[in-house]
Parts: sequence; structure tokens; C-alpha cells
Amino acid sequence: MSWGDPFIIFAGVVLPAVILIGVFIVALRDMSDLSERGRTADITLEVVSHDWWWEIRYPNGAISANEIHIPTGEPVRMKLLSADVIHSFWVPQLQGKIDHVTGRENYLWLEADEPGRYRGQCAEFCGLQHAKMAFYVVAEEPDVFEEWMGGEAEDAATAPVDGGEVFLNSTCAGCHAIRGTEATATVGPDLTHLGDRETLFSGIIPNDRDNLERVITDPQSIKPGVAMPPTDLTDDELAVLLDYLEGLD
Amino acid sequence: MATLAARLGVIWAERPGLASWLTTVDHKKIGLKYIYTSFVFMILGGIESLLIRTQLIDANLEIVQPEFFNQLFSMHGITMMFLFAMPMLSGFGNYFVPLMIGTRDMAFPRLNSFGYWLFVAGGIFFYSSFLVGAAPNDGWFNYLPLASEQFSPGLNIDFYCLGLILLGISSTGGAINFIVTILKMRAPGMSLNRVPIFVWGELAMAISIVFAFPTLTLAVTMLELDRKFGFHFFEPGGGGDPVLWQHLFWFFGHPEVYIVALPAFGIASAIIPTMARRPMIGYTYIVLAEMAIALIGFGVWVHHMFADGLPGLTLSFFSASSMMVVIPTGVQVFAWLATLVTGKPILRTSGLFVLGFIFIFVIGGLSGPMLGLVPFDQQVHDTYFVVAHLHYVLVGGSMFPIFGAFYHWFPKMTGRMMSETLGKTSFWLMFIGFNVAFFPQHILGLLGMPRRIYTYEAGLGWEVGNLISSIGAFVLALGVLFTVIAFVRSQRSGAPAGNDPWDGETLEWASTSPPPAYNFAAIPTIRSKEPMWDQPELHEQEQKPALGLELAEGHQVLITSVLDAKPQAIAHMPHATPWPFALTMALLVLAYAILLDAWLLAGVGAVGTLVGLAGWFWPSGETQET
Repeated sequence: MSWGDPFIIFAGVVLPAVILIGVFIVALRDMSDLSERGRTADITLEVVSHDWWWEIRYPNGAISANEIHIPTGEPVRMKLLSADVIHSFWVPQLQGKIDHVTGRENYLWLEADEPGRYRGQCAEFCGLQHAKMAFYVVAEEPDVFEEWMGGEAEDAATAPVDGGEVFLNSTCAGCHAIRGTEATATVGPDLTHLGDRETLFSGIIPNDRDNLERVITDPQSIKPGVAMPPTDLTDDELAVLLDYLEGLD
Repeated sequence: MATLAARLGVIWAERPGLASWLTTVDHKKIGLKYIYTSFVFMILGGIESLLIRTQLIDANLEIVQPEFFNQLFSMHGITMMFLFAMPMLSGFGNYFVPLMIGTRDMAFPRLNSFGYWLFVAGGIFFYSSFLVGAAPNDGWFNYLPLASEQFSPGLNIDFYCLGLILLGISSTGGAINFIVTILKMRAPGMSLNRVPIFVWGELAMAISIVFAFPTLTLAVTMLELDRKFGFHFFEPGGGGDPVLWQHLFWFFGHPEVYIVALPAFGIASAIIPTMARRPMIGYTYIVLAEMAIALIGFGVWVHHMFADGLPGLTLSFFSASSMMVVIPTGVQVFAWLATLVTGKPILRTSGLFVLGFIFIFVIGGLSGPMLGLVPFDQQVHDTYFVVAHLHYVLVGGSMFPIFGAFYHWFPKMTGRMMSETLGKTSFWLMFIGFNVAFFPQHILGLLGMPRRIYTYEAGLGWEVGNLISSIGAFVLALGVLFTVIAFVRSQRSGAPAGNDPWDGETLEWASTSPPPAYNFAAIPTIRSKEPMWDQPELHEQEQKPALGLELAEGHQVLITSVLDAKPQAIAHMPHATPWPFALTMALLVLAYAILLDAWLLAGVGAVGTLVGLAGWFWPSGETQET
């Protein structure tokens, strides 16, 4: 075949080489754009991934879980750490994903142009409940964000009467912290401003009274295998505890 | 002439009966055993995938429990890679490489038997994990620290490590056997530039296995040491690094993709000339491309780790090398197309599977370079986009050619034709089912659906895509069922095939269907790349063996030179033996003993292994029998 060999060389080698080199150059440009952002960011949030939830630490000392507030219009530097196995931080609408690698520090840059709630989810298989490890990024105008972050760093709004006593005297305080009270454990998410969050259990159910009750009394039915044990409370204790937790905003 | 065939028949005969299936060293029987066994594993892996697709058919379902789901997707990957695609391609290789290169057996028949039994043992070992509810559950990639003793305390990961050690020995032994057979046992005159492309594909596979599998065996051994004896290879707290596992795994894992694709490309190259009724265009380019893919395959592994936070320079290098794979792959596709376009193609079932393969594989080949670009990959990495891509590449690139091979070579293996009606029905169901199942997964990935999740929330826009995908999966399974039916029915009632039903160009069509134990009454001398088309005397080699080398003085094969296939020596081949089977049983006992920390039993297994080896290598005096 006289045209066979030139055809194979042109269609199989020359043409793809030209296309691929072009595409590759564009990709390199994008890669460098994405990485250079680091030099202009002036706020760094620390995100620590756990089995199966997210802990967020703000520069002013505020600690929260599963909802990440960021200011709009500026790149925010995310320092990604893991408390246990490898997880991956991914908010599809805002940025590609970078892993939380055990024993290493990784960085990723988020920038939201518009205020809004952006859903994120763990993208690296991390065991039994990998499917139920979501979170939300809440992007707000910079002044709204500053105000929110200031409030988030403050101690719990409600004095720990009644419900607070139940919290401190039950197994809750063994794992969760509520700043401003004697509960300082860091095994589970910090609950200081729990009422402020729109979702529970790492972004998988809305934060309302019924769901909160289920999380306390029967967490395994929502997320089998989760570290949180069911808590055995009388109806009265449960009611005052729910009042108290809902008041933490 | 009957006397020669009769004499060879006596020399190469193995005792009939059930025992012969345990002790046989006949490459054809071993090849068939590989094909049948891996087909069973394909059905098991398929059932796993149907359970996965059933659980994901809608949001928030609880049909399959999370723990079992994780075991299912892990075992689906392990099964399809290690227990279906690899042994299936080894099976076809075992059966057809010696026939295509004109010899009477593989170079190391006992190693061949050992490789098969060890594969069966590895498969049984893996699947026995389901009986105790502890199948591997951290994916076929088994990342650390999730798979460490701390986070996976059960037997699941020990099954994974020990099972892969068994399979690793099996594959490596098999690969060495292919390399030596192909390089040293070709019929006189079959210089390297006349070797059939299918044989080149098996050679490329074997070379990749020899370089890739030691890394996997090393990695799982290190992991087992971490788990059982508190080593810290992968544990950051003890100075180890979980990313080391990823490098070791993917240094094996990416070539593994080509290990199951290259021989399947070879199958396509075996079917296309008989389908187009003309010699392959660009033989040299195809061979170079196969070898280039095998080579480049070792330089792209980090594209599985683009989200690890590695330095930008590393990412750019591996991005560029990953792009390069496109070129040799494209060369093959255009050579196939050029051959088909310039020939007078006859569309049989095997050809349909080849066309389906090209269509699907090209789509997978388009999403490949997309994933090779770092910014794009960081978005879709670990999403259903990748699930779609890898199934387009692997089901398209490996499974469709394998199904084509069933229809192409069934007549040679059984002496009967396979049903074309059932075959074509099977193809269309599989082709449509496959695309319906996997194309929507590209979109699911772009919509943000991560991989390896056992359920998903309602309202994220993922329900429709998953529903369609699950329906497609069941259609695909129905298509596979039609091939099973065709396989069973044609075995009993297919029309007689004759030696050469497709007017094939390669040497396997010169032997009877099925071939006699000695393959060829005389070892022919090869003068062409398409010997059956250019050397008419080969069609009568049973009747006129005087045209070739008889080698009827004993259990013998001819050894030829690597480049030009010039006769160099006559090798005496071993007879059927139970020792490879016995050795495998001892190793299986050893693996279970280590799994269960039963050290006394491990001692028994170790002694059994030594006895097995001693029995195997005990001088039998066979070589003196001539």
C-alpha cells in the first residue's frame, strides 16, 4: 500500500503530536495560574480531615466543623491536614481537589466570586462512610465574613444551665468541646456555635430539632459505623439538651 | 505418514482421565483451563458489578450495606484485573502462542502448570474471604494508612496482600515462560519481523509483567510486615510515608493497564487480517507501537497521584509523558482502520467485536489525554468521569477483543463453529448495554459524583444518570449471557469447523481443529509474515510432513536463535507431573497459615513447599530416554 505508511504517520503521529503539544501548553499555563495564586492570599484556613468529618480552624482562633466560611473576591489559602487516613478536599464549583495526606501538609486555593453555599465532598476513598463526608463552603462579602469570624471565635452564647448540665454530665462532653464551658475534648467536632450551622453530621442532613435528636439518640442509623455512640437520656433531659444545643449560635 | 502422526501421538500422549487435568503440561489444556477458570471469575466480577449498580440505581438506597458495598467494589476491581483479564489473556497466549510460532509446547511446561494452579489458588484464597465476611474492602489500590492495622484491623487486607503474592508469583512465572518461548522456540525462518502481532502483544505483556509485578509483590510484602510485625514502611508516625505506597502501587498499577490491553490489541490484530482479507498495513509500526506503549507505560504512574500535592515540576513531567501514550495508541488504531478500509471486510461476530472495540476504545482514548492534563484531572480525579474512562479503556480495550477471540478461535479449540446468530445478538446487547451503562458516568463525574460511594443524597442531579447507567449494566450482562449460551450450545451442536474456517494467515490454522497434542506433525519452515497465505504447502502439513522437521525421536522441541530463528538445538520436554499442583497446595496452606497467624501450620506449609520443590526438581532420567 503506497499511501498506508504516510497515512499512519500523519494521522497517528504528526496530527496528534501537534494537537497534544498545543493542549499541553494551555494546561501548563492553567497550572501555573492556579499555583501562583498562593502569593497574593492573606488569609489561611486550616482544614483537618477526620473519619468522617471536617474541622476548620480560623486565623483568629475560631474552630468550627463541616461548614467553611470564606470571604468572596479574594483567594483563600487552605492548609489541608489529616487526623487519620487520606481524604480529599473538593468543592467542584470552586476548585479542583487536593488530598489531605497523613503526615504531610498540602495547600489549595479557593476563590468564590459570588456569595453563596457551595457543596463539597471527600473525594478520596476513606473507609466505611466515605459516601457521607460532605461539607459546605459559605462565601460571604468580606465585611460579613469578618463579622462572622469574630463571632465564631467567641465563647458559647448560652450559659450552661439545665441543658448544659446534661451535656457536661453525659458522654457528650467526652468528645465534644463547647468553648466557655468545661467541655474541651477535641475528639469530635467543636459545638460552640452549632446552632449557626445549616447541616449536621458533615453536611448530610439539615440542622433541625428532629435530626439533632436522631443524631444524639441513634447516630448509627444515619451513618452506620460512625464513632459517635447513641446517648441514653430521659425525655426531659433530651428536651433541655436540644434546647441548649439549638441555642448555641 | 500415519506412522509419523501415530509415533508423535504416543510420544506426546498424556494419560487420559481426570488426573490428567491436574498433572497436564500440555499448553493447550493449560490454556483452556485458564480460559474456563477466568471466565468463571469474570461472571463473579460481573455479579459484583450488578450488585453495585443495583445499590446506586437511586439515591439513599439501602439494598447493599456500606461495608459489603466497599468489599464489592474492591473485589470487582481485583477480580476483573487479576482473576479475569490477565489469566484470560494468558490462557489465549498459552493456547495460541506455541501454535502461531510453530512449536509443540511452552518453554517451561511445568512452570506453566504451576502458574495455572497458583492462579486458581490465589482466586480461591481471595474468594474464601467472602465466607468469613472479610473480603478486601479498601479498593484494589488499597491506599495507606486506611489499609494499615490501625484503620483496617480485620483479615480483609491480609487476604489482599497474601492473595496478591500468590498471584504475583503465578503471573511472573507465566511471563518468563512467554518471553523464553517467543524468543527461543519459533519455527525456523520465523525471524522477528515475521512474528504474528498477537505474539508480539503477548511478549509486550510478559515484559511489562516481569518489570511491574516485583514492585507490587514488594509493596504488599512490606504492607504485610507493617501489619503483622509492626514495621513502619508506610506509617508516618514511625518515619514511613503513605505516599510511598502510592508510588509503588502505581508503578505497578499503570503498566498493569497495558498488561491487560496489549495482548488484547494483539487479538484485534489477529482478527483484522482475516476479516479484511488482506495483510495488516503498517506491521512494523504496530509492533513498535506495542513496545513503545509497554515502555512509556512505566513512566506515567504519577498521573494517578495528581491530587497528592506533589511539586508542579513532577506533575508537568508526568502530564507530558501521559500525553505521549496517545501517539503509539493512535498509530495502532490508524493501522487497523487503514487495513479495514483497503480490504474486503467480511463482518462476522469476531469482527463486530473488533469494530466495537475500536469505537469504544477511541472514546476512552479521548478522555485519556483529558485526564493527563493536571488542571482537568484535579477536577475529575476520583469521580465517575474516571470510572467511565477506565471502563471505556479496559472493557473496550480488553474485554471486547477477548470476546472477539472467543468467536475467532473457538473453532480451532473445539473443532466446531460458534453460533453467529447468538454471537451477533450478544455483541449488540453488549455494545449498546456498555455505552448506556458507561457514557452517562462521564456526565455524573462532571456533575460532581465521587467514586466509591455506596450511596448519594437526593437532589444533587445524579439520579437520572445512575438509573440509566444501571439499566445499561443489566443489558450488558444479558449480552454476556448470550455468549455463554452460544459457548455451551455450539460446543455440542456447532457445525464442524475444519482446519481453517476463516482462511487465516497465521500458523495456528495449519493444525487440525482441535490440534493434536504435538501440534504439528512436522515443524514447518517459515518464509513469510503470512505463512498460510504465502506457503500453500502448510495447508497439507498433516498429509505431507516431510516438508518440515519431524523431531519424532522423543519428547522434543526445536530451539532457534532470537533474531533470525535459525535452528540451534533440540530440547527435551518434561512429561505430565503432579508436582506443580502439590507445590501450589503447600503454598496455599502457607498463605492461610500466615493469614491466621497459625505459625505451626506455616511450618507445615513451608516444609511442604520444600518437598514440592524437591519433588519437582528430582532428576527423573527423562532427558536420557532418547
